[in-house]
Amino acid sequence: MNKTFNSSFAAHPLVQLTLVRFREFMREPEALFWVFIFPILLAAGLGIAFRNRPADVLKIAAVTPELARSLKIEKLLDVQELSPEAAAEALRTGKVALLAEPGPAASVVYHFDDTNPEGRAARMLADRAVQRSAGRVDPVASADQLLREPGSRYIDFLVPGLLGMNLMGSAIWGMGFTVVDARRKKLIKRLVATPMPRHYYLLSFLLSRLLLLVVEVGVVLGFGAVVFHVPVRGTLSAMAVLCVLSSFTFCALGLLLASRVQTIEAASGLMNAVMMPMWIMSGVFFSAQRFPDMVQPAIKALPLTAVIDALRAHMLQGYSLAQLTPQIAILGGWLVVCFGVALKIFRWR
Amino acid sequence: MSQPAAKPALRVRHLRKTYKDVVAVDGLDLEVRPGECFGLLGPNGAGKTTTIEICEGLTALDTGEVEVLGLKWEIDAKELRQRLGIQLQETQLAEKLTVLETICLFRSFYRQGPEPSEVISLVQLEEKSKSRVGNLSGGQKQRLALACALVGNPDFLFLDEPTTGLDPQARRQLWDLIEQFKLAGRTILLTTHYMDEAERLCERVAIMDHGKVIALGTPRELIASVCAEHMVEISAGTAARPLDLPALSRIDGIRDVRTENGSVLMQVSALHHAVPALLDELDRQAVPLTELRTHSATLEDVFVTLTGRHLRDE
Repeated sequence: MNKTFNSSFAAHPLVQLTLVRFREFMREPEALFWVFIFPILLAAGLGIAFRNRPADVLKIAAVTPELARSLKIEKLLDVQELSPEAAAEALRTGKVALLAEPGPAASVVYHFDDTNPEGRAARMLADRAVQRSAGRVDPVASADQLLREPGSRYIDFLVPGLLGMNLMGSAIWGMGFTVVDARRKKLIKRLVATPMPRHYYLLSFLLSRLLLLVVEVGVVLGFGAVVFHVPVRGTLSAMAVLCVLSSFTFCALGLLLASRVQTIEAASGLMNAVMMPMWIMSGVFFSAQRFPDMVQPAIKALPLTAVIDALRAHMLQGYSLAQLTPQIAILGGWLVVCFGVALKIFRWR
Repeated sequence: MSQPAAKPALRVRHLRKTYKDVVAVDGLDLEVRPGECFGLLGPNGAGKTTTIEICEGLTALDTGEVEVLGLKWEIDAKELRQRLGIQLQETQLAEKLTVLETICLFRSFYRQGPEPSEVISLVQLEEKSKSRVGNLSGGQKQRLALACALVGNPDFLFLDEPTTGLDPQARRQLWDLIEQFKLAGRTILLTTHYMDEAERLCERVAIMDHGKVIALGTPRELIASVCAEHMVEISAGTAARPLDLPALSRIDGIRDVRTENGSVLMQVSALHHAVPALLDELDRQAVPLTELRTHSATLEDVFVTLTGRHLRDE
């Protein structure tokens, strides 16, 4: 340490302020959990709950061993051999979709509910198995090509929503709480009593956000890609631009919310009041289209809606930034207005 | 030691500041000479903090003039910020940072000053250099706050109640530090409501009450101008045989007799003459004496004499 403090890179106030932001965040275990671990747990839980199951195997009952044997050649049927009474009971209670019993003169009689799709499907599969095992040969050969396209499942819908929600939460909480806490402890006032340029203080929040953003976005997208093969069809640079713009917009909103408030309680209430409608209406977990047409313009104007719509279009449909102009314009508007007003009314003591 | 020719380090003229309908500072005039330690002494709510924060450029004044180091806040704020060291009342520094990180942060704002490690050893926090601020004791936190005021090698140090809330040992430690900086020739303006602090540290003291300076001078001058040298306190008399107070004030060398919390306080110039005369008078009145105490007059007695109230009354 023969280098003097003044001449080192670390001596720049902006570097020091950003380091402080970063250190404070990393030394707060709860913050780490909410920003990094919680979205993964949520995505994992919901991904498992709404996963696409392989085609269901239909349960049917047969009352004779011969029938059961011939039905068992169909792999999509789960055939149980039951007594006639037990079989009738199972059909009535929905435990099986169809009951097959021998009819007069080597025929077969199927009992099923024709209003139930499962019953109708079971009827077709069972009859095909019976006919084939009796020696029918299909005149036309056929083959199946199965379609399980990533990008159209619930998890594909969910990951961009969670990413947007996470960008909003971490920016607003991170900004709001830190500023209000520093104001409550008179730390802001103390900093203003030094020669520190005031805009450096605000800039340090954005810079530390940028550093954390890489990790935050990487964790959610990486988890989605590795575990659920959620696609990212747009370019990475467009994704980076979207995430930075979104995060800065929410930082500006957080700054505005924290610009006057003096207590953590008031800040927390204010931030929840602003974020709650967006959690519900901006389409994190289900499509915002479900709300009445009348309120759609208002929902579209919310920053989180713009972020999530843009992320979904980018990830799932591969939209370019040019195609996302409306959303980017909405975010830009929020960014400029919030930041401008916040700077005007910010309480520096 | 007086330097009448030198330009004052701080000049405040006709300063007024009102909050809504409360007059916090009411036409204040002050001059702090370069290199002196000047104390603003007064009870809570006297306007000390408002005054010092206006001088620090943190609070806007209503009317009046403030000049610090010959500069004005409206014009030279940037230059002034570089040259002032400020300790605010009740700042809580970030708890998750270490002592060294905190000092490095504050040091980065100033164009020149000592190395962070030097400042830390200056306030004797070397062993705590890597500790989190949240784990420091009250005295250590206050020393860290002082270090933050010193990182820019300031010409002028503002300390707002630097020892409030500290235990006696931590207070003495902080006083020793402040005395070192006085030796280094820095100008200091400090506020306090501890009279012993003002007596020990300050060359000159302004006693403030209700936003005004009610007395100004060296601690010795103030004590001499307002009171005699000693204070005598007695408890005497019973309900059946009350003390005749007017008779006491007629005794030679006894002044300003008043009652307080059941005991009687008076100012005395020559203890060895006044006390025997006092005892004779009690004998004459035939009232029993239960307690007698004497102490040298302090700034507290000055304040009480001027206002009828104590410095630490809420």
